[in-house]
Amino acid sequence: MSTAQIEIILIASVVAASCALIGTFLVLRKMALMSDAISHAILLGIVVMFFLTRSRASLPMILAATATGVLTVYLVELLVQTRLVKEDAAIGLVFPALFSIGVILISRYAANIHLDIDAVLLGELVFAPFDRLIVAGRDIGPKTLWLGLSVGVINLAFILLFYKELKLATFDPGLAAALGFSPVLIHYALMTLVSVTAVSSFEAVGSILVIALMIGPPAAAYLLTDRLPVMLALGVLLAVVSAVLGYLIAYLVNGSIAGSMATMTGVIFVIVLMVAPQRGLISRWSRQRRQRAQFAAEALLVHLSQHTGQPEFAAECAVTHLTGHFRWSEPFAAQIVRFARQRDWIEESDGCLRLTRAGTRVASQVMVRS
Amino acid sequence: MNLGQILHDLLFDYTLRTVAMGSAALGLVSGVLGAFAVLRRQSLLGDAISHAALPGVALAFLLTMSRAPLVLVLGATLSGWLGTLFVITVTRQTRIKQDTALGIVLSVFFGFGMLLLSIIQRMPTASKAGLDKFLFGQAATLMSRDVVTTAALGAAALLVVLLLWKEFKLLSFDPAFMKSVGYPVRRLDILLTTLMVIAIVIGLQTVGVVLMSAMLVAPAAAARQWTDKLGRMVLLSGGFGALVGVLGAVTSAQVGRLPTGPTIVLYVSGIVVVSLLAAPDRGIVAQLRRRRRQRVQFAAEALAIHLLNHEGAPDAAVETAIAHLRQHLQWDESFAERVTRRTITSGLAERSNGHLRLTSYGREVARRAMAR
Amino acid sequence: MDRPLALEVRDLTVAYEEKPVLWDVDLEVPEGVLMAIVGPNGAGKSTLIKTVLGLVPSAAGQVRIYGQPYARRRELVGYVPQRGSVDWDFPTNALDVVLMGLYRKIGWIRRPARRERELALESLAKVGMAEYADRQISQLSGGQQQRVFLARALVQDAQVYLMDEPFAGVDATTERAIVALLRELRAAGKTLIVVHHDLQTVSEYFDWLMLLNVRHIASGPVAEVFTADNLRDAYGGRVAFVTPNAGSENGHLSEPQSLLSRGG
Repeated sequence: MSTAQIEIILIASVVAASCALIGTFLVLRKMALMSDAISHAILLGIVVMFFLTRSRASLPMILAATATGVLTVYLVELLVQTRLVKEDAAIGLVFPALFSIGVILISRYAANIHLDIDAVLLGELVFAPFDRLIVAGRDIGPKTLWLGLSVGVINLAFILLFYKELKLATFDPGLAAALGFSPVLIHYALMTLVSVTAVSSFEAVGSILVIALMIGPPAAAYLLTDRLPVMLALGVLLAVVSAVLGYLIAYLVNGSIAGSMATMTGVIFVIVLMVAPQRGLISRWSRQRRQRAQFAAEALLVHLSQHTGQPEFAAECAVTHLTGHFRWSEPFAAQIVRFARQRDWIEESDGCLRLTRAGTRVASQVMVRS
Repeated sequence: MNLGQILHDLLFDYTLRTVAMGSAALGLVSGVLGAFAVLRRQSLLGDAISHAALPGVALAFLLTMSRAPLVLVLGATLSGWLGTLFVITVTRQTRIKQDTALGIVLSVFFGFGMLLLSIIQRMPTASKAGLDKFLFGQAATLMSRDVVTTAALGAAALLVVLLLWKEFKLLSFDPAFMKSVGYPVRRLDILLTTLMVIAIVIGLQTVGVVLMSAMLVAPAAAARQWTDKLGRMVLLSGGFGALVGVLGAVTSAQVGRLPTGPTIVLYVSGIVVVSLLAAPDRGIVAQLRRRRRQRVQFAAEALAIHLLNHEGAPDAAVETAIAHLRQHLQWDESFAERVTRRTITSGLAERSNGHLRLTSYGREVARRAMAR
Repeated sequence: MDRPLALEVRDLTVAYEEKPVLWDVDLEVPEGVLMAIVGPNGAGKSTLIKTVLGLVPSAAGQVRIYGQPYARRRELVGYVPQRGSVDWDFPTNALDVVLMGLYRKIGWIRRPARRERELALESLAKVGMAEYADRQISQLSGGQQQRVFLARALVQDAQVYLMDEPFAGVDATTERAIVALLRELRAAGKTLIVVHHDLQTVSEYFDWLMLLNVRHIASGPVAEVFTADNLRDAYGGRVAFVTPNAGSENGHLSEPQSLLSRGG
């Protein structure tokens, strides 16, 4: 593997980690699509600054693009506040407009300059290693790598410093406000970081991969854990894995690197979605099947206990009655009766089911529990 | 190029006419279906579906090596639907919320589509050209067979909307009630979503995957401001869609290096801004004006109460002097002037040598206001 | 009881995510009663009527309307959902919402004709909203919106009405109007089943009562069911500070129940 390839993987990993860190809070705060809006809208800031400074990846450009990102958030909120449009429509109105202006500026005036539309969506990771950072005459690595590292450190520092506040504002904004942390301030701080992260990653990986990395890995992590620190760590890990695997596949099929990395975040998400313990679909379905028997047996106990001693008990206790009243199939009814008898909850005599003492106790526990 | 020339070309230039007709058709269809999407709060689902369509286009091409519109449309529809299904499954079966599911579909499907496109671009086949216009749209390359496909699919979609008008209305307003009276709500929901997928897919060639959602959301959001009736809103939304479709397509075909999608989005965003500001009744300007009028009206009533309180009191001469009001009620000069004028024009009080005196009507209004 | 049963629920069990919301609920509602369903939050009151309507699937049990499954007696049932369940900024007017109650009868494809419009207008008039027929629904007050929903149920011309918290967040005028309307409907032989949350007004407004807390606690005439014991059963330990008036007839609570927690 060449140095350039290793550097590409390094850059992608750093960007991925950085996106996943901040994306975790977007996912938890139900603002995942803000990454969509911001990462598209910042194009306008980038283009405008590009025309003004004629250089790329400069500090002014990052500032301008970040400002555009925050402006997007602000405009969306402004629109929602007029109560003329709902929030989803507001997002869908603001960023296409800003993005369109950016695209038109590029295609009209920058067609022969080094900035094109494909790069906007997909970045130019392949070229990233060629833009070196020279400090005091010494080459210390690709610029993008250092940029990504700095932003990653800023994100990490922000999360560590304001961990308590972020957590509170995410899970209980009301309490946060009552305790004197301004949820608005935290919201905008977070959105600023999302913008900074999007801008710094944008050039390397493009807007689409920024979205994929900010949402996919944290969402997968969310299916694996309930604890915020673990979710942050898992999100970072899965994002880096997606980036590395994505690069290898792109290399094998000789295709778009960013496209392949985005695809990998999806593949990893789907795998986690299927196999995650507890929250995964497979474990969920098998648990549901297991619980159905348990639940049906409990329902049977409750049913019997409700009717014990009532005049209609003779009819209600019949085994044959179950298929009618519970709409159970005969095999299922037989399975449930077996299930309950094995546990000594019921006894059967002359086709009539009766609760045992243990069964009565379970039935009343079940009713209290609910 | 002057306007007359453009009009002439629209009528007689074959290419331009084709482009304009195609764009008008897609604008109409996406405007109509977008109205329902916005009312059902599915604006961002539209964004996800349009991005999700890209790998379908690429796969359809890879499998058939044809770029016949019907083939690509079919591929786009299938993968758009797959994306929707993913969103529904994930949100129903797990703790993941809709915004996150939409974001995953949007970025992953699109990324996969771009991966496929990058592979297609490296293939030596000649007919690959034209697939990348699905990104930002290129109306100028619309051909009559595209227009025929668009028009046929669009007409079918509109016909269904027309036939099931009241059902779709009820579905959008109160699906629970609809189910209680025995409608097959799930199936109608699937049908309406399918129509939305179709509207998106036929727009892709002109507007592009990235900005197609704006064609659903923006005309509807603009139309909503002008009317409180669903029928008018849908018509207006369709009309806006058709208008910006033609405007955008013609502009981008006439002006060099201007991708169609962003051009259309700018036009329609302009309409949205104007609608939000200037629509009668709901518009921001109308709202502000109404609020100001209410403020003045309220102040006029407060003034009437003030006058009533001091009527006949020893300090009446001071308290009712017009010059004094401003200072007493802590109003700025122009506002005090407006309130005084309003008090007089609405018959609450009369002016008599520099003082305000309540009319009997004013006295009644003040008493009633105090009782409130 | 010689009156036919308007609604009969047998062993109804409903679970969300395998967590029971209703446990083996039995209920018999005779024709022509005005019944409140009362219980703490999370007791499954809304779920019960939604399950009756087939909006929520049941895990077990049966629902019968006049002795037949719901699907076959749908036209006998009118439904008033919670007001908060829809977006009132929807572009439509009051008359149009009421017309929605007739859509199923009008059938596919056909549009409401003049006759349907007249029916809808009549129905609006019955709830005192005739002059608001053309009003955009977002411009109506909460109470007026509730009345529009009632009018939509009225126009269904049903025998059994299921109402989900019709008194929630309405002004006093509307509350009185709704009560008058409910009584009028009862006098016309209709059966009304109302999810209610205000214990203070139960005995004033209703003649029949079901106390529900996941299980069926008690049901029957208010006079028999509205007792301190039953309330304690329904509301659990939280009812400890309710002091039933020993001297009150029918055991109903004459002290205001404002302290009664409805949490949990």
